Amino acid sequence: MGKAASKNMAGRLLGWMDERLPVTEFWNKHLAEYYAPKNFNFWYFFGSLALLMLVNQILTGIWLAMHYKPDANQAFGLIEYIMRDVPWGWLIRYLHTTGASMFFVVVYLHMFRAFLYGSYKKPRELVWIIGMLIYVALMAEAFLGYVLPWGNMSYWGAKVITSLFGVIPGYGEQIVEWVRGDYLISDATLNRFFALHVVLIPFVLVFLVILHLAALHQVGSNNPDGVDIKKLKDENDKPLDGIPFHPYYTVKDIFGVGFFLIIFMGIILLKPDLGGLFLEHDNYVPANPMVTPEHIKPVWYFTPFYAMLRAIPDPLWGAVVMFSAIIVLFFLPWIDVSPVRSIRYRKWPYKVALAIFTISFVGLGYLGLQSGSALQKLMAQIFTVLYFGYFVFLYFYSRYEAKHHYYKPIPERVTH
Amino acid sequence: MNRFILIAALALASFAAQASSGGETLEPANTNIRSKASLINGAKYFMAYCAGCHSLQYQRYNRMAKDLGLTEDELKKYLIFTGAKPTDTIQTAMTPEQGEKFFGKAPPDLTVIAKARGVDWLYSYLLGFYADPERPIGWNNQVFPNASMPHVLWRLEGIKVAEFETHTDDHGIETRTLAHFKKVREGVMDEEEYRRTVRDIVNFLDYTGEPAQLIRMRLAPWVLLFLVVFTFLAYLLKREYFKDVH
Amino acid sequence: MTEKVNSNRRNLLIATSVVGAVGVGFAAVPFIKSWLPSERAKAAGGPVEADFSKLEPGQMLQVSWRGQPIFIVHRTPEQLAVLPELNPRLKDPLSDHSIQPPFAKNIHRSLKPEYWVGVGICTHLGCSPKYVPDMVPQPFDEQWKGGFYCPCHNSRFDVAGRVFNGSPAGTNLVIPPYMYEGETKVIIGQMAEGEA
Repeated sequence: MGKAASKNMAGRLLGWMDERLPVTEFWNKHLAEYYAPKNFNFWYFFGSLALLMLVNQILTGIWLAMHYKPDANQAFGLIEYIMRDVPWGWLIRYLHTTGASMFFVVVYLHMFRAFLYGSYKKPRELVWIIGMLIYVALMAEAFLGYVLPWGNMSYWGAKVITSLFGVIPGYGEQIVEWVRGDYLISDATLNRFFALHVVLIPFVLVFLVILHLAALHQVGSNNPDGVDIKKLKDENDKPLDGIPFHPYYTVKDIFGVGFFLIIFMGIILLKPDLGGLFLEHDNYVPANPMVTPEHIKPVWYFTPFYAMLRAIPDPLWGAVVMFSAIIVLFFLPWIDVSPVRSIRYRKWPYKVALAIFTISFVGLGYLGLQSGSALQKLMAQIFTVLYFGYFVFLYFYSRYEAKHHYYKPIPERVTH
Repeated sequence: MNRFILIAALALASFAAQASSGGETLEPANTNIRSKASLINGAKYFMAYCAGCHSLQYQRYNRMAKDLGLTEDELKKYLIFTGAKPTDTIQTAMTPEQGEKFFGKAPPDLTVIAKARGVDWLYSYLLGFYADPERPIGWNNQVFPNASMPHVLWRLEGIKVAEFETHTDDHGIETRTLAHFKKVREGVMDEEEYRRTVRDIVNFLDYTGEPAQLIRMRLAPWVLLFLVVFTFLAYLLKREYFKDVH
Repeated sequence: MTEKVNSNRRNLLIATSVVGAVGVGFAAVPFIKSWLPSERAKAAGGPVEADFSKLEPGQMLQVSWRGQPIFIVHRTPEQLAVLPELNPRLKDPLSDHSIQPPFAKNIHRSLKPEYWVGVGICTHLGCSPKYVPDMVPQPFDEQWKGGFYCPCHNSRFDVAGRVFNGSPAGTNLVIPPYMYEGETKVIIGQMAEGEA
């Protein structure tokens, strides 16, 4: 049988499939004939890397679940069992723990990209909102997963976070008991957190990621110039500044994955706790309801919000501010109504504002890891004000930009 | 845009630097996990002086023997004093109830103590014992004041007492701080030998905290080299394809 | 020009794919190997001791090793004497196709002829056979000379664990690795040095 014949066989099989399942159509619509702007830069690696981390977490998570039991008397020891007695268990666990932190690194950079190039703006509002829902689901997933090793930080972290429900006026106490399933964080809490962590939230995440991509492919990708590539098309109705996602960006993303994996595996093999940032020292002490760790703090990816919570003297208002910090992001497409997407064509006030916002967020993240002296508390309060100030500024500034055309000339075509 | 990357990088760098520097002043342990001789020596001292009260309940004897390069006979001869099987984990004969009766608090399991406390803390802790008649057990510790653990290595180190200084600040509040130690009885080891012994014990505890670190450090160069080669090829391929894009 | 570009591209595509596939292959190893018995399982499945000093001739003792029944039979001279004459009725009389340590590949299938140590699991579908020592005709075998009978599917084995013709089981009962420690004590799961 010659080469042509085997090719023919494959073609016939594909034809048989296509009549029953839109394989070729799907491939073309989302890869081979999905036209993406040709000027993607460094910031555009993080979407595919986030997908890589999702797959990593699901795969290593399933494998960890084969050796773990959500039992308050055994959980701490089972982690050590995985780290020592299960063949290669240490690698699978480190892939999962480092993967969790790197997932957030990638997601934060992916979100920052949207700030730089205005990717949340019309017509991509739903892409942004679904993305925000993914972010919230991811935070829930990370929190639940953090409880499972049943170390002392797991225990007290769970206690502090579930106590947040207690600030709800009137029914707080009952809700806290309902969430914990006991009068304290206990085996019942661990069991339900495990179920949510390995079944419910992963389902939600995968579903949301599919929606995120579907919404993106409906409107097309933004780019560093923020110009609409669909406006100018060639005689074949293909965007002049677009290139098919496959093979160009699949190849480019594979390079990005390689580069990322060097960093990722470097951390796993050389410094998997990253000095207590990715795996905290106090979580190597078994859960003890009688002894609180000296510095109780969440993992680094929650600390910006934790710093806000601590900066506000009143617990109810602290919680309100903390949740508002996340909720306000959902409204970004309607806060920033400027016709300019990319930072490249916005004038200096926006650049300064975004710089201050970024410093505030990173600063809050840093302060959330500290013990919380009076000076640190004051700084956290200032940064919190600056964080929200960005959105207030943007509300008025973007309207000014729109009304007075206060921006640099936007090119017709993408630049580089 | 590059400015943002710069700012973010600077912020992250200062953040990492801050995160890694601890608050207390601890002596650097300078352990070397690659030194089998140090690990074996540490294991011997641990089994002789610590294992009576502290278990290593997640560490198996045979895994330890394999990682330290000992045969099963050597393991049984030098490190198993309890009649345990080589496949057993390292348990102690003392029950938690007995521990609580003797020391007021059951001696904790030490398998992952190096992960929880860090090697520098353990090193400073083992060097920080001094005789203190005010404590019920007669010992106190500079790093962990009022610890309930006695100085089990005193025969090796000798006995030292603490001398205090009293400061009075601007508000007239007096604080007493530990100024220095005075040796009142010599031990069988001199200062340097004792420090080396403590360092070996701490090194051994660093090992039991994560036996897999020996594997991952051995794997690291090969995995990273492989990934660099792959990424370089992927980069060439990407560059080749992007010749089409103008 | 395009020819050159295409060949260059093809070579790089092949190189990247091959290295990538090797990488995926390596990455799969930890996931596959993590299903092997853990150190805990190995510790629990370690060698077990069995002392049969009180076992009378003709009697059987059962111990557990790795969660499976291990039969230890003290065979009488009569039981041993009958073994050679059973050969024509057996599927694998010389144990050529059965699983046993090298030391048990003989007619009595054991280290010492009088003591038989074997895994009490039928090689057909994993039921545990019964020890039927009496050398009298049985409902399932009119010429019964003592041995093991599996009630699940009527597999029959002689007192050395060798399977009879007409049984659904294809091979003799498995002999585990074991060694003597003293006259009437064995360690199951471990062999004397030089035996392996």
